[in-house]
Amino acid sequence: MNISKKSLALAVSGVSVALASGMMVQAADDNAQPQAEGPYQTLVELGYPAPKDNELVHVPPTMADLEEADIHPELKKVIRRGYELFTDTQQLRGKNVFNDMNCSSCHLGEGRQPYSAPIWPAAVTLPDFRGKNQHVNNLEERIAGCFAYSMNGTPPEYGSDDMLALSAYHQWLATGAPMYPDQPIYGRGFPAPDRPEELSYANGKEVFQEQCVICHQEDGSGHYEDGEYVFPATWGDGSNNWGAGIVRTHTAAGFIKNNMPLGQPLSLSDQDAWDVAYYMTQQERPQDPRYAGDVDEVLERFGPTFHKNSSYGQIREEDNHRLADHANWGEKGETVVPWNVGVPRFEDLQD
Amino acid sequence: MADQGCIIQNNSIGETVMSKRILGGLGLLLGAGLSAGSALALEPGDPQRGQAAAATCTACHQANGSGMHVPGGESWPRLAGQDAGYIEKQLHDFKSGRRQNASMMPFATMLDDQQIADVAAYYSQMEITPASGGEEASDAVMARGEQLANRGDWDDYIVSCSSCHGPGGTGVGSEFPGVASQHAGYISAQLHAWKDGERSNDPQNLMGAIAKRMSDDDIAAVSAWYARQAPVVEGGE
Repeated sequence: MNISKKSLALAVSGVSVALASGMMVQAADDNAQPQAEGPYQTLVELGYPAPKDNELVHVPPTMADLEEADIHPELKKVIRRGYELFTDTQQLRGKNVFNDMNCSSCHLGEGRQPYSAPIWPAAVTLPDFRGKNQHVNNLEERIAGCFAYSMNGTPPEYGSDDMLALSAYHQWLATGAPMYPDQPIYGRGFPAPDRPEELSYANGKEVFQEQCVICHQEDGSGHYEDGEYVFPATWGDGSNNWGAGIVRTHTAAGFIKNNMPLGQPLSLSDQDAWDVAYYMTQQERPQDPRYAGDVDEVLERFGPTFHKNSSYGQIREEDNHRLADHANWGEKGETVVPWNVGVPRFEDLQD
Repeated sequence: MADQGCIIQNNSIGETVMSKRILGGLGLLLGAGLSAGSALALEPGDPQRGQAAAATCTACHQANGSGMHVPGGESWPRLAGQDAGYIEKQLHDFKSGRRQNASMMPFATMLDDQQIADVAAYYSQMEITPASGGEEASDAVMARGEQLANRGDWDDYIVSCSSCHGPGGTGVGSEFPGVASQHAGYISAQLHAWKDGERSNDPQNLMGAIAKRMSDDDIAAVSAWYARQAPVVEGGE
């Protein structure tokens, strides 16, 4: 891959490989290596699926590549700022972030990592229709969604310096990838293993105790050391709220199976990964910002598009507790309301 | 913090969980203490008693706990300012053979459980000392070390050191020791030991899994980089 990067004389070293067509990067490279030594071979050796022939395989550039890139120094500064916000989102605590999370808490490897919801696909697949809010979203609106739900906060304004910096970092990681690709993307999202027939809260709790509490604590609060973020909260006020994508059991299962324990991906059985996800997503966390006082109303409005895959409003069997039936907004309280939630778009467009 | 920490943390997570199941309402602290058996009726580590018990340690670890970088030989780690729970666990592991080291084994065996707690308390309250062994690292090596320490190299699935050892590598709790301002020779030897399967007393193989993916150059780089980080207070304010 190093050779192909250079021979292409890309302005930067983000490399996309369209394996199926063979007409792009690798075909242009006389020294193209066999696929066995292609991109993400390390992941394949760790047990991740090898890229399929029809998949778009993209290796995002690194921050070291940024320093070498032939782009305007002002742009480099902005991308660096985006990277810093992404990996230390806590610097926006109390302004845009009201929990203990960073973007990189869930998007491991600085947002570059396959099977850890790499963020560059958002830059090449949006604008697009999004089921969660039922309208066409662009990259900024997608990022704004993370602030409202995963960060339990409220987003930087569209077009603001922070939003632009975050967008620029996403787009930079997509360097060289085709816009609106017509192929599936290798390692996109948090692909879940096959769902087992039965999910066990008790087994999930046991596996969590054995495998997860060393970092995330028994109460799921994660770990701050000397006031600095180390391990993210898996539930509770320090974690994402009930509207975040990862409250969906399959998303949590996909994250856990592919990424946890840290440094030991794919080490949990499918059953254990799903059970830990089930256990974790049946703990309390700040309310979904779409809640207006009635859990059933949230289920009625957002069940079909979202909460059918979460435990929102369900009765937890262990103690008959009805999940999310509360008005706890976490650290942001009642005064901070994410300005982007529930804002419609394009309502007047004709079919 | 250190006093409570050492009682809880000298057990593996598995033991803590089991003790909780068995002892239920007795509470985590008491339960964990009892489950260790050997920890029963221990007093909290006492630095003054620890100083007396540590008389044999100073030959290698030095009177100020600084240890020593020994080029071409076995480096002795800095203990000054290290988390008490971590030191305590290591001493128990040397004693039980869970952590193998010919030099440490006889000394650890001479200490009883109370003395281990006392020695750990003694070293933990010392001021962190500077480390050696990274002086000759080139800028390129230092840059690689900094990358591995703070960002990792995900293309090789090497998670950043700071993910677990904390920002600045100053240590997290009693499970993840401080590595900043530790001697390069010691860090390097330990990473190689994990890589080669000679050390395995880390919780859940968290270090071993990552060390196995590090090249010799990676290990040299990160060892030099951490050795050159100025002392900062571990577990302090």
